[in-house]
Amino acid sequence: MLILECPYCGVVADETDLHGGGEAHLKRFGPGSSDEDFQTYLFHRANPKGVHFERWRHVSGCGKWFHAARNTMTLEVYGTYSAQTYEPPKAIINAVIKKHPEWEGYK
Amino acid sequence: MRRYSAFAIAREAARYHQGWERAWASPKPKKKYDVVIVGAGGHGLATAFYLGKNFGITNVAIIEKGWLGGGNTGRNTTIIRSNYLQDPSAAIYEKARSLYETMSQDLNYNVMFSPRGVMMLAQTESEVRGYERTAHANALQGVTTEFISPQRVKELVPIMNIDGPRYPVLGALWQARAGTARHDAVAWGYARACSDMGMDIIQKCEVTGVRQANGVVTGVDTTHGQIDCDKLAMLVAGNASHLADMAGFRLPMESVALQALVSEPIKPCIDVVVMANTVHGYMSQSDKGELVIGGGTDGFNNYTQRGSFHHVEETVRALVETFPIISRLKMLRQWGGIVDVTGDRSPIIGKTPLGNCFINCGWGTGGFKSIPGSGWAMAETVAKGEPGALAGAFGLNRFTEGRFIDESVAAGVAH
Ligand SMILES: Cc1cc2nc3c(=O)[nH]c(=O)nc-3n(C[C@H](O)[C@H](O)[C@H](O)COP(=O)(O)OP(=O)(O)OC[C@H]3O[C@@H](n4cnc5c(N)ncnc54)[C@H](O)[C@@H]3O)c2cc1C
Ligand SMILES: [Zn+2]
Repeated sequence: MLILECPYCGVVADETDLHGGGEAHLKRFGPGSSDEDFQTYLFHRANPKGVHFERWRHVSGCGKWFHAARNTMTLEVYGTYSAQTYEPPKAIINAVIKKHPEWEGYK
Repeated sequence: MRRYSAFAIAREAARYHQGWERAWASPKPKKKYDVVIVGAGGHGLATAFYLGKNFGITNVAIIEKGWLGGGNTGRNTTIIRSNYLQDPSAAIYEKARSLYETMSQDLNYNVMFSPRGVMMLAQTESEVRGYERTAHANALQGVTTEFISPQRVKELVPIMNIDGPRYPVLGALWQARAGTARHDAVAWGYARACSDMGMDIIQKCEVTGVRQANGVVTGVDTTHGQIDCDKLAMLVAGNASHLADMAGFRLPMESVALQALVSEPIKPCIDVVVMANTVHGYMSQSDKGELVIGGGTDGFNNYTQRGSFHHVEETVRALVETFPIISRLKMLRQWGGIVDVTGDRSPIIGKTPLGNCFINCGWGTGGFKSIPGSGWAMAETVAKGEPGALAGAFGLNRFTEGRFIDESVAAGVAH
């Protein structure tokens, strides 16, 4: 069972109380953008083997969206953080590097 | 290759089975091939087979990081059906289903295709409308299906409780010519036929990089060294994004875990496949007597080939509700596979941004049934450099053009 701590209400929730929202920090393209950019925003996903930054919603709790850093190969969780950011905070990046010094970094 | 036959069994029995030859060779990789195929699952092997059979291209290597058929091809619940809603889907899945009918003869390998019939239960009003619509669409596509009554469901599957308190059975979409096949045998049969045509199946060899020059593929790096090729075909299911990353492009895809489980063997009690999408579960009985059970996918990216336990619980709960007699059964084994899910739940077959590099992926939770049709269409795409009629609609460009093949309703549950 995947367990994540909601950074808003502090509840440590099982995955059955949460809803996954896919890749985080996507750059949004709307009307007026090129077909290529629009397609990339809507459909293309990094889907990495390894460190993944993703969105989650605390559906059976406070209802808020938040972000998590997780490893798709080992299922370890590096931490969760507020959704009010364009990229992962330093503390999260450091938590990843601490466990995986070889990690190529946030792209 | 010595043919398998009743006579061969008698001959070998008479000499203590000493004379069986190996089904396929395990050669060292050559320096260069006309076509390198990454992934020896059903789709990779079928592509190789039809490259040889339909186009005479046999200087082919199939590179597999594990053992052949050890990916989703050897982990699925073997349901074969072609009652999809959209025309391009019906065309390729029906082509595949019809090829399954003669596969044992074509490959001289018993794949145990069993057209026992597949039933998809309608347990809500919207499902009734949805499946009636699919039955009409199938009639226009030339795929024989019918919408049947709850009484007929009960006749076909006496162990089913059709008056459940939550979701009574309101009817079902029934495809009598659908069924199951032995998954390993499909991979093994194709592998044997490919090896016989002189193709090299290279197992325990992982592709770690894609080489290119001037926007055209020139070969791959592997754990057994560099292998050059004129054309590259990637058929690696859940690892497609990873391979695409090596080749320098991204895919509209996410990889998630899908699980299945089997019960202890019991006497024959159900001779069709039943899928219940509303309650999320499906079941059939194997020739060994085990009930083969499939459930839902996890809601997050995962490459670990195991899924969350609560899905097993949900699936079993749904099936106990549908088939009360199974409530005391013990489950023997549970496992997971990493499935490649696209935005419109339809596969991708075609060219990639890298020249002479072709991709076939996105079959997600339902690509065992399509193996021969997909291999047929992919071989044509690789041989001619352009997709033909079967593959045409499944190109990557459909995401730029908004030309989706929306099967998300049909694929609401794994199958
Ligand atoms: C639990 C479960 C139940 C399912 N039930 C059904 C069903 O009832 N009916 C149905 O139609 N479909 C079903 N499916 C879906 C079906 O199994 C797949 O769509 C299908 O098997 C995909 O075949 P493939 O050849 O594309 O992939 P795979 O069989 O996964 O083959 C891909 C191969 O590529 C190899 N590979 C990956 N990366 C590399 C690399 N870097 N280098 C070399 N090799 C590599 C892998 O090791 C693997 O062997 C189910 C799937 C699962 C997991
Ligand atoms: Zn919360």
